[in-house]
Amino acid sequence: MDKIPILRMGKFLLVSIQVDMHDRLALQLQDDLTNRIVSARARGVLIDISSLEVVDSFIGRMISNIAAMARVLDAQAVVVGMQPAVAITLVELGLSLEGVRTALDVERGMELLRALVAAQALQ
Amino acid sequence: MPPAAAPTLRAILSKDQNELLAEWLQAQLSASTVRAHLMRETELREQSREFLTLLQRAVAAGAAETFEGPEWASMREFLAAASRSRAQEGFTATETAIFVLSLKRPLFERLRGDIGSDARLLADALWHITTILDRAALYVTETFLNARESVIQSQQRELLELSTPVVELWHSIVALPLIGTLDSERTQVVMESLLQKIVETGATIAIIDITGVPTVDTLVAQYLLKTVAAARLMGADCFISGIRPQIAQTIVHLGVDLRDVTTKATLADAFMLALRRTQAKLPQAAGNS
Repeated sequence: MDKIPILRMGKFLLVSIQVDMHDRLALQLQDDLTNRIVSARARGVLIDISSLEVVDSFIGRMISNIAAMARVLDAQAVVVGMQPAVAITLVELGLSLEGVRTALDVERGMELLRALVAAQALQ
Repeated sequence: MPPAAAPTLRAILSKDQNELLAEWLQAQLSASTVRAHLMRETELREQSREFLTLLQRAVAAGAAETFEGPEWASMREFLAAASRSRAQEGFTATETAIFVLSLKRPLFERLRGDIGSDARLLADALWHITTILDRAALYVTETFLNARESVIQSQQRELLELSTPVVELWHSIVALPLIGTLDSERTQVVMESLLQKIVETGATIAIIDITGVPTVDTLVAQYLLKTVAAARLMGADCFISGIRPQIAQTIVHLGVDLRDVTTKATLADAFMLALRRTQAKLPQAAGNS
């Protein structure tokens, strides 16, 4: 079974979803990522879904859940690179991913993540 | 065509074609529906002559009453072209149908003259020629309506594309000035073109200006909220501007919740805010918490 790689960049984790998501893969990712956040003491997670072209309600909820779990583990989560068609589908499904931070591409996502972590450090 | 009536009709159509054409033209030109400024007489004469020739050919080929048969193929082709050109030139459906139907009178008069007192034969001939001409007129009308319909559809499509221009106001700021009523089909196009433009330009802020939207009901408000949500999912902030006082009142009366959306009264205000957000490079500009 293929696995979605989780890359570490300093205190951030980078997840790039390059394959078609199916339910098992999403559950596996959820498991791996939460473990990895704890073991790496990550402060931020960047989820790149620019290659994701098809979503259903389950995958939509998984994205939202993963972001929420990261927050619980004291890591900021940012979803980047959502395709227009995916965004429309999620909105039509009624999943507007409230509370998930988004950015247009990886670069902007990293920028946002750094700013968020810096802001948090001051609190 | 019953064998009794066929030879007479055939004879009239081949022998007296020129007289018939003259009478028919006379009838068409003197009718109240004549549109001299839309079609010249020579053109009308040409069309009428071709119609008679084709009719004669089809009748001579021993065509059955059914207008759908292969003998009528060239006639159908001719009528389709004629009615399409009339639809484009601005004729009404009635005027187009009358082109065919006005042949009845001169043709009937000729039949009466030729057949004379044989009432049974005359009735037979009249019935058959009426069937053919009525079918031809119906066919003309149908083609006419189809042509009109396709013109309307293509205009609608053009309007749809014309009415959703996404403009780049500044580096990473795009605006979508909406003009006209929003329905579900149009909203889909609007949403797609806005999101596509966000991807192309890498914009972080999108402004939807609804100054040109005449009314906002719950459905339109929902469309707007959906578009804002979709843009946010892609990482762009979305402002709504151009809310007229009347519309502000309507939105509140309808109980539409726009609290999560940044709204501004004018496009200028929204643009100022967008400039401030992008120039200051505030992290909030790329997603709200």
